[in-house]
Amino acid sequence: MIAIIQYNAGNATSVKNTVESLGFDCEITSDQQKIRAAEKVIFPGVGAAQSAKLYLKTYGLDNCIQKLQQPVLGICLGQQLLCAHSEEGNTTGLGIFNAKVKRFPANGIVPHMGWNTITPVKETALLEGITAYDDVYFVHSYYCEPTSETVATCDYILPFSAVMQKDNFYATQFHPEKSAGIGLQILNNFLKL
Amino acid sequence: MLKKRIIPCLDIKDGRTVKGVQFQNIKDAGDPLELAKRYSDEGADELVFLDITATLEKRQTLVKLVEQMASKIRIPFTVGGGINSLADAEAVIRAGADKISLNSAAVKRPELITEIAEAFGSQCVVVAIDTKLVEDQWKVFVNAGKTETPLNTVDWAKRAFNLGAGELLLTSMNHDGSRNGFALPILKDVAATVNIPVIASGGAGTREHFAEVFEQTSVSAALAAGIFHESVVNISEVKSYLKTLNIPIR
Repeated sequence: MIAIIQYNAGNATSVKNTVESLGFDCEITSDQQKIRAAEKVIFPGVGAAQSAKLYLKTYGLDNCIQKLQQPVLGICLGQQLLCAHSEEGNTTGLGIFNAKVKRFPANGIVPHMGWNTITPVKETALLEGITAYDDVYFVHSYYCEPTSETVATCDYILPFSAVMQKDNFYATQFHPEKSAGIGLQILNNFLKL
Repeated sequence: MLKKRIIPCLDIKDGRTVKGVQFQNIKDAGDPLELAKRYSDEGADELVFLDITATLEKRQTLVKLVEQMASKIRIPFTVGGGINSLADAEAVIRAGADKISLNSAAVKRPELITEIAEAFGSQCVVVAIDTKLVEDQWKVFVNAGKTETPLNTVDWAKRAFNLGAGELLLTSMNHDGSRNGFALPILKDVAATVNIPVIASGGAGTREHFAEVFEQTSVSAALAAGIFHESVVNISEVKSYLKTLNIPIR
């Protein structure tokens, strides 16, 4: 079973629809026992970092996520919350990735909204079959700075982390569930890890 | 590089796709789910659904349609038409819409933009502006284009941006349905005024019109309805043509 973490910042339904279309059982849940027992965990998110973090902390989901041993995939705000710190509401993240989350400079068009190319910079099973010219769908105003945990970058105003990985934790700034065929392939790669 | 988006728009009435010319003479244009699937397969970058069902009792039909859409479509979509409150927005977002679009309700009560942006993030708030050239001035119209307001279009666009809109959808009523090309001057002015993406709407008739709007203005996306429904041009043709001109396209 694949657990999709339910909290107050969700595009959980879209993620669930997509995972099911790939033939995997999944459940949207905030039950820590179910999350711990799941084969894989998806941590989606659309919304504001500060209120999301507060919610996770209130329900003990922050510790629960930090201790997960199975493959975990953070999506969008999920990726940002897995980082050390976000400028958005001066929020302390879960600290899986040693990265800072910053706001795009105000001189550009923000949010970064639409299809953009990702460039793999390290081998990862998550991006198997993905080439340097493939476009995925982004929508975000804050970005994760590139670090040694960055496995693919994207360039918009400046280079940022489009995909990150550390041990069992994977994360994408873009929305694989909204990225047509390429997104399906990336999700399928994760589900088959 | 960030790509320019091509967005088919489906006007929805009582659960069916319809198309009118300059907001009038509404005719049936098919099953929205089938059309949405077709467009997504042809390479649409996003979809916009505008519900023009006037009656409250039909709103539930829209929420159901959004749920079905969300379970079938793997690209982002916006839902607008008759969203008058935070609760209306929430119902559609919970049903699976990625963004909601506000039109008359935002003019009537601009704070609604901020309320929805604070609850769900700016990225999901599109402010749709219907505009028409009246005595050399681009004015904002509401109530499906029936009512003129005193608002100047560029001023209103700027205000919507400042209140937290994440994107603008600008439709020129003079151009809508004409198939003579987009309203380049006003699109240029609005896109140069706000630091959020602008979607050009109204007037697309040929693939060259899409090239024109991307070459002559800084809009992020272009939207069309009738020409796609009637297969006057299809999305993949438009996109491959734009690629030959080196316009960044997925």
